[in-house]
Amino acid sequence: MLRVENLDVFYGDAQALDAVSLEVERGAIVAIVGANGAGKTSLIRAIAGMHKPARGRILFGATDIAGWPSHRVCNLGIGQVAEGRQIFPTLSVAENLAMGALLPRARARREENHERVLALFPVLAERSRQAAGTLSGGEQQMLAIGRCLMGAPELIMFDEPSLGLAPAVAHHLLGTIRALNRDGLTCLLVEQNVALSLKLAGRAYVLENGRITLTGTGSELLADDRVRSAYLGL
Amino acid sequence: MTFDVYLNVVVAGILTGLVYGLMALGLSVIFGVVRIVNFAHGEMMSIAMYLAVVLFSSFGLDPLVMLVPIAAVMFAFGYVLQAGLINPFITRPEHSQFLLVVALAIIIVNALLIVFGPDARTVQTSYAYDSFQLGPVLVDASKAYAGGAAIAFAAALFAFFRYSRVGTAIRACADNYTGALVIGLNVKRLYALTFALGMACVGAAGCMMTLIVDVTPIIGPAYTLLAFVIVITGGLGSMAGALFGGILIGLTEALAGLIFTPSAKSMFAFAILVLVLLFRPQGLLGQRLS
Repeated sequence: MLRVENLDVFYGDAQALDAVSLEVERGAIVAIVGANGAGKTSLIRAIAGMHKPARGRILFGATDIAGWPSHRVCNLGIGQVAEGRQIFPTLSVAENLAMGALLPRARARREENHERVLALFPVLAERSRQAAGTLSGGEQQMLAIGRCLMGAPELIMFDEPSLGLAPAVAHHLLGTIRALNRDGLTCLLVEQNVALSLKLAGRAYVLENGRITLTGTGSELLADDRVRSAYLGL
Repeated sequence: MTFDVYLNVVVAGILTGLVYGLMALGLSVIFGVVRIVNFAHGEMMSIAMYLAVVLFSSFGLDPLVMLVPIAAVMFAFGYVLQAGLINPFITRPEHSQFLLVVALAIIIVNALLIVFGPDARTVQTSYAYDSFQLGPVLVDASKAYAGGAAIAFAAALFAFFRYSRVGTAIRACADNYTGALVIGLNVKRLYALTFALGMACVGAAGCMMTLIVDVTPIIGPAYTLLAFVIVITGGLGSMAGALFGGILIGLTEALAGLIFTPSAKSMFAFAILVLVLLFRPQGLLGQRLS
């Protein structure tokens, strides 16, 4: 479904990604694991059209979307739950959700998706008139996911969805991602909780200093000594 | 002087202030969303004023009737300007944005000088000397119409931002730029639309101003400055603040003209600006930046 080939990304003179290639199959959960500054967010931003890559191809289906602006990328069905949630704090919860459905691809199914999101996160219905900035961290993350689902994506890229959340809330959230995946949504997951994300993922990549250094199934990487010592502290 | 005179001047000041507020509203909306400081704001209003003057002197069309088409023309002008010229400067440092907009201001003033010459032009409507008697208050008809039109225009703009999907999307861009990109809002198009709306405010306000003041090509810089004073007094980025600041400055100017001398009115407007910056730097209705 999504294929990244030899992607180079620069921020000024600093190279954030160096010949990164990876593949996300339809219906899969693929995890990207790596330390802070390894290039995980750069990768997501490049795919999302928020930062132009210097070289390489990003194929979504048969279309090379490298360098496309973000609104066109989103309209192809590539959604994003960004790091830091990036909700609209002064807009109400209902308005935040409505903004997610402004994509041309999502307009026809607005009502249907809205009901689906409220069924998934009933708390968003209770808080619909409240300013989004007054929600708790966990509720804001639900809103960010709900807003993304309003855009009717086929693939969602999650960037550190559990960051800053209490462990119980984080667990619940990753359970939600698993449930969405069972319903047919393809997921690219960047998560600081390495053990949890490897358990969830069919395939995973280890990103170090902008390069892919290791790849395998989630359970293979969980058993790998390098991964265990570097990311799991075992 | 009797109390009635003060009352008349207060009402006239508030009505003029509403038009000032509408002009400043354009500046505030553009800054609040696009984060571009439009140093050519008053100059752009003078374009609308000349459009109104020409339509009146050539075809006898009333500026208040022409307000809607002229606002539409300025809307289109603003859209093209933002999409073609200002959007490429969005990510550049502030001083290059400043130079771009100031260059535009200079070009506008001089183009108007070339086309219309330096002499002042006026609009003499049939109701220019009419007035209404409301109890003890004598209200100038031109100012009453202009103030009423300013309220209607501002209310329409408020409603657009509050209730329409596109207006909400523009607020979303102002709220969180990254968030807007993340969900695939076409930020550049929304920016162009915002600048266009700011220019529509200026277009409408310019039409109303022709009923109140004479038009010269060099009128622009004074109104750019006035718009800044109003927006900073009311609170940068606050729509209600821009209207409120406009009324306050209009009122101050009118009272200063009555109590002291008309040429002192700007001094009092600036004095208010200084007081606001000293005691409430975020503006009267503005929110403190965190």
